[in-house]
Amino acid sequence: MSVTTASKLRVPASLNALRNIVVFLMKSPTSLFGLVVLALLILAAVFAPLIATHDPYAQDLANTLQAPGNGHFFGTDELGRDIFSRLIWGARITLTIIFLVSIVVGPIGLAVGAASGYLGGRFDTVMMRITDIFLSFPSLILSLAFVAALGPSLNNAIIAIALTSWPPIARLARAEAMTFRNADYIAAARLQGASPARIIVKSIVPMCLPSVLIRLTLNMATVILTAAGLGFLGLGAQPPLPEWGAMIATGRRYMLDSWWLVTFPGVAILCVSLAFNLLGDGLRDALDPKQMNRR
Amino acid sequence: MNRPILDVKNLHIRYGGASTDAVRGVSFTLGRERLGIVGESGSGKSTVGRALLRLLPSARISADTMRFEDIDLLSLTEKQMLAVRGRRMSMILQDPKFSLNPIRKVGDQVAETYLRHFKCSRQEARDKAIAMLGAVKINDPDRVFEQYPHEISGGMGQRVMIAMMLLADPDVVIADEPTSALDVTVRLQVLNILDNLVRDRGIGLIMISHDLNLVRNFCDRVLIMYAGRVVETLAARDLDKAQHPYTRGLLAAQPRIGGARAPLAVLDRRPEWLEEVSR
Amino acid sequence: MSTRRLSMHGAAGQIGTILVTLLGLLVLTFIIGRMMPADPVRAIVGEDATRETYEQVFRSLGLDRPVWEQFIYYLGDVLTGNFGTSIRTGQPVIQDILHVMPATIELATFAILIGAGIGVPMGVIAAVNKDRWPDHVVRVLSLFGHSMPIFWTGMIALIVLYAKLGLVGGSGRMDQFYIGLVPETTGFLLIDSLLSGDLDVFWSAVNHLILPASLLGYSSSAYITRMTRSFMLDQLGQEYITTARVKGLSKHQTIWRHAFINIRVQLVTIVALAYGSLLEGAVLIETVFAWPGFGQYLTSNLIIGDMNAVMTCVLIVGVIFIALNLLSDVLYRLFDPRTR
Repeated sequence: MSVTTASKLRVPASLNALRNIVVFLMKSPTSLFGLVVLALLILAAVFAPLIATHDPYAQDLANTLQAPGNGHFFGTDELGRDIFSRLIWGARITLTIIFLVSIVVGPIGLAVGAASGYLGGRFDTVMMRITDIFLSFPSLILSLAFVAALGPSLNNAIIAIALTSWPPIARLARAEAMTFRNADYIAAARLQGASPARIIVKSIVPMCLPSVLIRLTLNMATVILTAAGLGFLGLGAQPPLPEWGAMIATGRRYMLDSWWLVTFPGVAILCVSLAFNLLGDGLRDALDPKQMNRR
Repeated sequence: MNRPILDVKNLHIRYGGASTDAVRGVSFTLGRERLGIVGESGSGKSTVGRALLRLLPSARISADTMRFEDIDLLSLTEKQMLAVRGRRMSMILQDPKFSLNPIRKVGDQVAETYLRHFKCSRQEARDKAIAMLGAVKINDPDRVFEQYPHEISGGMGQRVMIAMMLLADPDVVIADEPTSALDVTVRLQVLNILDNLVRDRGIGLIMISHDLNLVRNFCDRVLIMYAGRVVETLAARDLDKAQHPYTRGLLAAQPRIGGARAPLAVLDRRPEWLEEVSR
Repeated sequence: MSTRRLSMHGAAGQIGTILVTLLGLLVLTFIIGRMMPADPVRAIVGEDATRETYEQVFRSLGLDRPVWEQFIYYLGDVLTGNFGTSIRTGQPVIQDILHVMPATIELATFAILIGAGIGVPMGVIAAVNKDRWPDHVVRVLSLFGHSMPIFWTGMIALIVLYAKLGLVGGSGRMDQFYIGLVPETTGFLLIDSLLSGDLDVFWSAVNHLILPASLLGYSSSAYITRMTRSFMLDQLGQEYITTARVKGLSKHQTIWRHAFINIRVQLVTIVALAYGSLLEGAVLIETVFAWPGFGQYLTSNLIIGDMNAVMTCVLIVGVIFIALNLLSDVLYRLFDPRTR
């Protein structure tokens, strides 16, 4: 069948495109910075037990608030825990948030958007009204409300972020789907008797996939900042988890005398969020700029 | 004819990043006459027009001579060039839909030319603009002055453009495809208005076009351009006696009412034309 | 942030759209309010209330009714301006919010002035010098503004500029010993202090405002810069720019008298949206700077789980966003001759 061969053929083509994009990104110094930071983040998360010099939870009350140096690269916190090791372990939390939010938001946004764009009519109107409502809040405020209702914890923070970040993805997928719905090969599939569900899954979704994946990457910077913000407000990861935002929150009380408590986790957040933004910028250059500005 | 207003010798233009010149060794003079530049898309005819006004920021322009009256256009600073543009040499662009600022009143845009070049009050500039709108045969200039570009028709828009470009009384006007975006029915009307104004004021006109018939009727002399070169220069009334095979090809490709029903000739483009130099 | 405007098919259609969105907003806040795992009755009556009291409160809250009926009650409450009372202060929530709002508006207004004041010129400079060094510098600056965790930057700025260098005031809206000196007439400290003629308080307030407002402004300038740049690039590629140049206008005149005035309306729209999203940054920055405004009110109630207060805050933010969207639509119609 034409539909299945088309979707099979797309896989190597998109892999090829991915390689081209990575090559393109390596050429620009700013995007390269993004790729390197991302690679470091993943390495730190995977090899955290090997890289960390101390147990991130081990308290050492004799050595609290030690300045950097003396066996502690980034010093120790108010309970004598090694900040460097906590940052390394914190990379795992950051990656977990990114991963979980992506696997929730991607499919939901894609499904809603593709169905909306292909089916049109009342379904589309209703779904778009719903995204309108979600989009009429800054994402942090809505996440705050969800976490407040669900109770503060890392998992609830992830759920809240996911709940608030699918609408832009759905918007994008819908716009993509609308450009494909009148294509001849969709009409061919319809004439062969394929059901709408089948057409959406087999023909529309694969076409929306690349731009949605790119958009997800771009959103990660916002997700990281929102997660850190929730952690900072005490609504995300709870102590003693070494989440970067929460580390800043606890370090706040000591910030005037022990600057290293808040400085290093903040630099980590800044670097990762900057990395995603730079990558996003590079991707925008690599691909059609108009399309990526759309929301 | 006395000393030409415009004298261009061996003009070369290369766009930034391009591997070859877009215009290669073009030479011509312009007196108080109407000169047509004809050629197909990409032949470099519009590029020549913009180069004369030095409006190609990314291009490299070189020439043996590029003289406009007593001014060497090549050595002028940008600041001196500002006093030339609009005041002594101006250009009518193709499509009023795009060449007029959509959110400013038509009249303000016309008056801006006058305000830019003459020390005067807003009221004086306004009066001048309205008088000029009248001169391009706009019926109710006071009303049109207050209108926005989307509220007027294409033919009217092009007349506004003419008013804007002739307001400061320039010596040379370049008309870049001035009627190709207009309805066939108003083309002649607009051209006649332009023609009368140019003759009355003794302005040198360069008419850039791909339309041989138009150029034949409204110009004194014609330059035929092909691939960045001038292949032939002749008087408009002698167009039928053209020597160059490219010009002859262009003429043969014109449909004629009452002509033979046989398929029209297809232009034949020979590589040697790329290299030969016009007399 | 959404740059997309509510679809516009005449004023009536638009009002309809807004009403539907508002209703949706209420449904959403209602649902979130009911999602809370904690028992709202227990929160009121306490752990050791009798069964009768519990039942009584349960019924008085309407919790024995079907959900849709509860929603109708909620709708009625909201429409009559009854948002419930705050558990913490015992005051009607709306009164609390009106009390803290001026502090936030003062902060956000200064921030947007700074943000637009930096962002718009930077965007224009970047567009005019596309792909040359000013463009790259502006891009890096705006990316930093976009990527920084604002609560962290706030702390670092406090450590360096306040604690170490003493250049600016620290936390709060004014120095400790000025608190209570100026009668609260409007709630806007800058205005109140000027009204009472107390310049010391005024300068103290400015001193305290400048740092948080600059930080918020910088973070919103990132977005404003980016949008200004792309709007300008759109315009600079248009043919009427050539017309202006042919008339003899200088580059500078062409940019400001033609390209820039054509993006004014779009700029107002994105500045309005940026103003709305400052509320997001305000939640964090107010916590860092102990700024007694809306953001701090929201977070302090979040932590103690006072859902009446939280949901009202969320509702207000939503309404502000919708209002700003509407405002930018109206401005489009007023200032763009093509839509008249």
